[in-house]
Amino acid sequence: MQVLTFLIPISLVLGGLGLVGFVYTLRSSQYDDPDGDSQRILSDQWDDHPKP
Amino acid sequence: MTVAISRQAPSACPACVAAPTAEAIAARAEALKDTRIALSLPTIHCSACISAVESALNAYPGVKDARVNLTLKRANVDAEMSVDPADLVGLLEGIGYEAHELDVATIQSTATDKAGRDLLMRLAVAGFASMNVMLLSVSVWAGAADATRDMFHWISAAITLPAIGFSGQPFFRNAWKALSAGRLNMDVPITLAILLAVVMSVWETALSGHHAYFDAALTLTFFLLAGRYLDHRTRAVARSAAEELAALEVPRAIRITDGTEQTVAAADLRIGDMVLVRPGSRCPVDGEIVTGTSELDRSLLTGETVPVAAAPGQAISAGEVNLTGPLTIRASAVGQDTSLHRMADLVAIAESGRSRYTSLADRAAKLYAPGVHILSALSFVGWFIYSQDLRTSLNIAAAVLIITCPCALGLAVPAVTTAASGRLFRKGMLIKHETALERLATVDTVVFDKTGTLTEGTPVLSNLGDQSTADLEIALALAEGSGHPLSRAITSAARAAGIKPAQITDITERPGQGTEANWRGQTVRLGRNDWIGAEAGDVTSAWLRVGTNAPVQFRFADDLRAGAAETITALKAAGKRVILLSGDSDAPVTDLANRLGIDEFQANCLPQTKLATIESLSSSGAHVLMVGDGLNDTAALAAADVSISPATALDAARVASDIVLLGRDLSPVADSLVTARKATSRIKENFRIATAYNVIAVPLAIIGLATPLIAALAMSSSSIIVSLNALRLR
Repeated sequence: MQVLTFLIPISLVLGGLGLVGFVYTLRSSQYDDPDGDSQRILSDQWDDHPKP
Repeated sequence: MTVAISRQAPSACPACVAAPTAEAIAARAEALKDTRIALSLPTIHCSACISAVESALNAYPGVKDARVNLTLKRANVDAEMSVDPADLVGLLEGIGYEAHELDVATIQSTATDKAGRDLLMRLAVAGFASMNVMLLSVSVWAGAADATRDMFHWISAAITLPAIGFSGQPFFRNAWKALSAGRLNMDVPITLAILLAVVMSVWETALSGHHAYFDAALTLTFFLLAGRYLDHRTRAVARSAAEELAALEVPRAIRITDGTEQTVAAADLRIGDMVLVRPGSRCPVDGEIVTGTSELDRSLLTGETVPVAAAPGQAISAGEVNLTGPLTIRASAVGQDTSLHRMADLVAIAESGRSRYTSLADRAAKLYAPGVHILSALSFVGWFIYSQDLRTSLNIAAAVLIITCPCALGLAVPAVTTAASGRLFRKGMLIKHETALERLATVDTVVFDKTGTLTEGTPVLSNLGDQSTADLEIALALAEGSGHPLSRAITSAARAAGIKPAQITDITERPGQGTEANWRGQTVRLGRNDWIGAEAGDVTSAWLRVGTNAPVQFRFADDLRAGAAETITALKAAGKRVILLSGDSDAPVTDLANRLGIDEFQANCLPQTKLATIESLSSSGAHVLMVGDGLNDTAALAAADVSISPATALDAARVASDIVLLGRDLSPVADSLVTARKATSRIKENFRIATAYNVIAVPLAIIGLATPLIAALAMSSSSIIVSLNALRLR
């Protein structure tokens, strides 16, 4: 059962990372235009370098 | 301009010549001040559209940044002050995209959906916490014992307490609001169940007991928040679409000061200002006409289709549309004081009647909340008398509250309304009010307005063929020289009939009167009856006079809105009583009623008559749906049990109605009644499912057989069944 002392914190940290990631995407307005984002991936406009 | 002038007058000191003058700096700062422009782009749909629109806008001089939002079908542009939105609209129309300017102030409130984001954040925290706690709970149910079980319970407690403290806030706040007002709502039993579950579980854990309800408290919060979020989404979508409609009418006016025209916001107009109203635009103020003659279309205010002559000295009301010549108006009432707004105030009075309707969810809560509390208290008392053990009795009471907690009930209504509103939205109907669907389901009487609702509000020539071909040729030639709606109707009808225009010379348009020209040495005129010298008719007419011949009449009827006939037929087939109330005169109303097969109709209705008719119908027990678009309908729209207005309606009418029809077609009205009835029966079905589940689960909880595992299974399965049942509606 010693393994639990590692596994439980690891599972909590991994879940927490997911939560932090979600909070980040929410804060940076990434859910404002879901339809547009799904279409923009098809555009080759910023393929070579990111938008300045 | 400032820059050019400052260059002509250089600074006195030579050292300053190299440096820009103070005025130049000020001018540049003015130009650097950015403005936000929002454009509605109803036709964009793919990634090619996005990049075409964005690259066109970004290449335009003065535009800093342009970004398209495909979900809202909108483009947001950051640009310098010098950029005129009308030029951007023209630019986009040049590359083939329909564009309209939106009023930025009106759409600002929905630009970022703060409340939705807040709910989503709480939902995410509840979801994260419940998954982790469930993981630990499953190990306990699988047989973890003694120290391991206690440790798992303590870890669960450490996750649950802060998570509930954050995620449960919307429920706690609502429950507190209801309690401090001395009422009970659905949030009271929810809050009590969550808090009791957490407190009991911590106590049990401290005494190293077997059962802890941490996972139940969290999944409960998660499911209920999901219901709240669905509910919020549906209403946010409707609200932002409704606001976009309002934002399409950018409130601008042209003010004349010392002979120069200046475009200003309508809110900045003051009493006594001179306002220029161009042909085709709506008057922004109440006032008196100072110069210009024209004709006014008052159909949105009164329902009358016959245009009214306008001449200097005459009064004009805000909302009337100027048809032919430019008018200068001295403002006598602006903003909130205009007759347009005073009429809208009538709505506020009539609307108080609507709040009498209690939604199905509220009615269920009224039965449910006291019932659950009594049941839980009784099982506590019963167990305490039987076992004399406070801990066991409290445990049982908590289990009863958790099991009965309205998880399924919380999802029963929002899941169905989301599915139904989504279905109607795809058909072009916007459900603005949360209980509109339920009220729509009870409708047995449908009242229609005529002008702009059953009809398009644009005239069509109705007596083509009564005139000789020679007359038609002259009329067509004259009509082509004018932009008046009646002239356009003659042009399109004559062109469609294959008529060629006659050769005429010296065409002049007399604003407010008609068009005059020379044909083979004779004066030919097309226009109003008093100008031509003919008798006034009771239908909208234009008259043609060739030389001194007898005047020839052109009669016009209002074009039927697409789907109007089908809608009336479908409503009558469904056994609804259909009534037509119009502010227009007898002849056109009777004609339309006969064409559509409406037996009950009334012409010459004043706004008060419409309101009184609706009220008398309601008091005789009918459930009335009012469909209307004009200012004269607003009071009736607000007084009816439920109301629909087309997107072309006046702002005041759209605000007063529960549902907005987005397309030109009227046929979704009949469909919406069917969908509403289906939705309501689905909601009731969901209530029955939730009740059936309680009938099975509650006795188990009362006799003390409910374990956290049973609670988790029962709660999740009933919530999922209810959601799936709602999805059948899509």
